[in-house]
Formats: sequence, C-alpha cells, structure tokens
Amino acid sequence: MTTTTGGRPRPVARSRRMPSLERLSFMAVFLGLPLAIFLVFVIYPFGQALYFAMTDWNGFSPSYNFIGLDNFTKLFHDDTFMKSLGNNIQLAIVVPLVTIVLALAIATMVTVGGPTKGNIRGIRGSGFYRIVSFFPYTVPAIVIGLIWAQVYDPSAGLLNATLTKIGLSGFEDFAWLGDPRTAMPASMFVIIWSFVGFYTVLFVAAIKGIPAEIYEAARMDGAGRFRTAISVTLPLVRDNVQTAYIYLGITALDAFVYMQALNPNGGPDNTTRTMSQELFNTAFRKGQFGYATAMGVVLAVVTLLFAAIVFAANRFTGGGERRLRR
Amino acid sequence: MSAVAADESVDTETRNDRTGGDLAVEATSHVLLAIWTLIVIVPFLWVVLSSFKTTKEILASPFSLPAHWSFDNYVHAWTDAGIRQFFLNTVIVVGVALVLVMLLGAMCAYVLARFQFPGARVIYYLMLAGLTFPIFLAIVPLFFVLKNVGLLNTLPGLIMVYVAFALPFTVFFLYAFFKSLPDDVYEAALMDGAGDWRTFFQIMLPMARPGMATVAIFNFLGLWNQFLLPVALNTDMSKYVLTQGMAEFASQAGYAVDFGALFAAVVITVVPVLIVFLIFQRRLEGSVSQGTFR
Repeated sequence: MTTTTGGRPRPVARSRRMPSLERLSFMAVFLGLPLAIFLVFVIYPFGQALYFAMTDWNGFSPSYNFIGLDNFTKLFHDDTFMKSLGNNIQLAIVVPLVTIVLALAIATMVTVGGPTKGNIRGIRGSGFYRIVSFFPYTVPAIVIGLIWAQVYDPSAGLLNATLTKIGLSGFEDFAWLGDPRTAMPASMFVIIWSFVGFYTVLFVAAIKGIPAEIYEAARMDGAGRFRTAISVTLPLVRDNVQTAYIYLGITALDAFVYMQALNPNGGPDNTTRTMSQELFNTAFRKGQFGYATAMGVVLAVVTLLFAAIVFAANRFTGGGERRLRR
Repeated sequence: MSAVAADESVDTETRNDRTGGDLAVEATSHVLLAIWTLIVIVPFLWVVLSSFKTTKEILASPFSLPAHWSFDNYVHAWTDAGIRQFFLNTVIVVGVALVLVMLLGAMCAYVLARFQFPGARVIYYLMLAGLTFPIFLAIVPLFFVLKNVGLLNTLPGLIMVYVAFALPFTVFFLYAFFKSLPDDVYEAALMDGAGDWRTFFQIMLPMARPGMATVAIFNFLGLWNQFLLPVALNTDMSKYVLTQGMAEFASQAGYAVDFGALFAAVVITVVPVLIVFLIFQRRLEGSVSQGTFR
C-alpha cells in the first residue's frame, strides 16, 4: 500500500474558474452532511461543557446560575475527587511504563532476539506469540473487566485456585480486588494485560523498519543483546514509544470501563476510584450536572497536560529526530 | 537498505552455527513468551470451560470439568437474560453506524483531500479537537443535546452519536488515503465527462477500497466495544447494547449468582470479535504497522 507522497499537483481542483453549480452542490452535500453531524454531536457539546462547568446546574431545576470558578474551588476541596485524581495519576504513570517495557521486550525477542550469527532475525515461532497476545485488544473492555473480576474472585476464581494448587498458602480466599493493598495493582494489571499485544505489534513494525546494517554493525562492535536493545533499538523507536505513551496515558486517565467492571464502587477505601467514575456518578446518579462538567474540564486539562509533558520529556532528552546515540 | 529479516524465516545454513549462548537465550525467550501467552490464553479458555458448568460446579472448583456438557447456560443467557435482544440492538446500531460513518467519512475526507477551498484548515483543526479531547468532557452536554432533539434513549440517537465520534478518525485516515490516489484516473474520468458525483462513487470510492476496509475494521471494533456512550445516553433496558447488557448482567449476578449464564454471555460477546480478528488478523496487524491508529 502506498502512503502519502505529497507535493503532487492536483490540476482540476486548482483551476481558478468559478465553481460550477454541480460542484457547489457536490461540496455542500459532501462537506455539509458530515460536518453538521460532527458539529452538533461533538463540537457543540465540547463548547457547552466549558460553560456548564461554571454553573450550579443540578438538572432538576430548569434555571441555573453562573457561578464562575466556584465549582473548581469546590473540586479541589473534594477529598473523594482529589483521591480519584491521585489514582488516575498513578495509573497514568504505571500503566504506560509497564505496558511499554513488556511490549518492547516481546517485540525485541520476536524481531532481533535470534541467533548472533547469520541474518538478523527473531526467535522461531514468533508469529504465534504475536497473534495470541494481540487478541485481547479486540475484546470489549467491559468483557475483559468481567473476565478478570471472575479470575480474581476470592473463592471461585482462577487465580487463587492456581496459587493454592502450586502450594502457596494464604491465597485460599484472598480478595485481590477487596484488599486496599492489592486492588489498584490488580486493576492496573488488567489494563496492561489488554494492551501489551497491540503495542507489541506496533513496536515490531518500528523495529523492522530499522536497517539490518545497524544491528550488524553493533554486533561487530561486540554489543550483546541487552546492550543492543538499550543503545540501538530504544533510541531508534523513541518516537513510537512517545506515541504509545500518550495513547496509553489517555487510556489510563480514563480507565472508566475497566474500573466499572472490576470495582464499580471505587474499591476498598476508594483506592481504585477514578475521576471518570466520579464524574459519571455525579452527573447521572446525583444529577449535579454543572459540578460533573467541571470534573470533565479537569479531566481534559490533565489529559492535555499529560500529553504536553510526554512531548516535552521526549524533546528534552534529545528525541524528536531520529538519530543514533553514541 | 535491507530491513530486518522476516521473523519466521528459518535460515538453514546458519542453523548449525548456533552458539551455546544463543541456545540459552532462545530457550529463555521461549519460556518467557510462553508464560505470557499462557497468561493471555488461560483466562479465555477458563471462561469457555466454565460456560458449560452449572453455577454450583463453578463455585465448587474452578478447575473441574462439567459433569454434563450442555448448552443450558447459553440458552438461558440468550433468552431469559436478554442477551438476544442486546445482541440484536448491537447489530443494528453498529451496522447502521458503520455504513453511515464510512460513507460520510469518505465523502468528507475526499473533499478535504482533493479540493482547495477556504475553511479547510479550520475543519481539519476541529476534527483534531474531536480526536484529542476526552468524550467525558462532552458527555453531560451531549446528554442534553439528545434530550432536546428527542433522541435520548433511542437507537437512532445512539447511531448518530456513534457516527459523530467515529468521524474524526475515519476522516483522518481516509484523507491520507485519498491524497495518495493517482491523479490520472481522476483526470481521465473528468475528460470523459463524468461529474463530481459519478467520479466519486464510480471511480474514486472503489479505488479507496483497501483503505476503507482497514478503517471499517477498526471502526467495527471500536463501536462494538463502545461502553461509555450507551451507558450514559441509552438507559432504557429494552434498547441496551451488548456491552451494557454485560455490565448489567454482572451487577445482578453479584447476588442472584448465575455465573454459568454470565460466562456463556461473555463467550457470546467475544465470538463475533474473535471471528473478525481471525479473518482480518493480517490486515489489522498490517495497518497497526503502518501507523493507522495515529
């Protein structure tokens, strides 16, 4: 499949004649229809959100007052919300990091982890591993959450049964999602589990795009596999890592579906409650629409900040352009 | 410039050259990868196994085989628990939304990619905003937009929202695709007197088929798996989609405990995506590789 070539002239479209009636009607329909739907159901609600966030609207009364930034002041003194924000930040740090490390490790093994002689290649049978680990990406997140809620089940779950079977004691009825120490790590694992395969495929593609000569040169210089992975592969796929980090971070800052399936009520001591759950309950259970929208604004700002930090970190450490580190 | 060799090729010449270290590394790699594969596969297999067991058997032992292999749980989940209705709703909503978003997305992307007009840049940035901002920011106002136009808790309303939120991704990918199509065919069509409409539907759209297929698969998965939008905007139980139904089912099951049917429902939900995955696995992987999802 060819990709964009760019810079190619588009002759007819560039002509300066007055557009014909047919062209005008064509453009009106082709642009007008999709844009109308997009503006009404996406852009307009986004715009409205900024206004709602500054009102005290509770949904029951038809009228509401403009209260400026009061909702935001209230938010920062709302312990449950601040706790949720903290949980989301934990998620946004741990989930992308672990997922990317695992995905990069698998991608390295299946592409360049093969023998040190002959062609640069991965170990045998790698296609199988790749296909299997990619599959969870296609399964609905809610279903993944439900499956793992059953796996973690204290008495009838797969995990405790397995641990007990291999001779570990103390896991007969350990509540993974009910203990404040394990609820968050167990939930994080589920999200990581579902994304490793997808990012493995992404990194495999990136690594395959690296010229084999570079690996041969590293090998001649006596670099081992680990050294090669750190000093050759990583710097050359850093832009892909950045993309992956941002996407995973956005997922982790949301995390709504997974948490609703695993611990709909925020987990023990609210250890797994997320901003998205808090927003959903505030809006659709309590009817505090103005306040909930303010949470949405905070969520959006945190998301944008996160992306900006990742971009800045990559730039600051010398990324943004592809080069080999010496 | 030769890229790294294909991973599955076994180079017979060098086979005998494997050093002890190579073998050790290869063995370790296989063990690690096999462990990960097990962690991925075993929960799914366990769900399939459990879906044939009675709730009593499930609670008694996670590993035991069912005394009778029967489809009772499936029948129960499909009819009594309402999965049939949810499945039907999902097929309608996802099917119609998919056709609409592909058509509208292709139209919009085509115009943006091949015509120059004032405001094109503004549209581009609006689409980018639609991709960037979290849906959570829009969800409350969206609820009232639907309520005001009378589409709240209706399948057409859900379809419109699905189309609207899948549009930016569709337009971005197809934009690049339409730009890359050769100009000479387009010119030839115009020379032959075909108008804009005919050129699009008879010449350009068929040429874009590979791109359309890829985007359609990703949209299918995204819409089939969508959770937040239906949960917030479609609260009438008779109109639930599968993902909602599953969540509802599980929250009931906490006390009513029909785990057998729950596991069966999970299998029913996963099978369609498993089929899509197995048929299109190469294309999916290929398009991830080309950076489609950016």
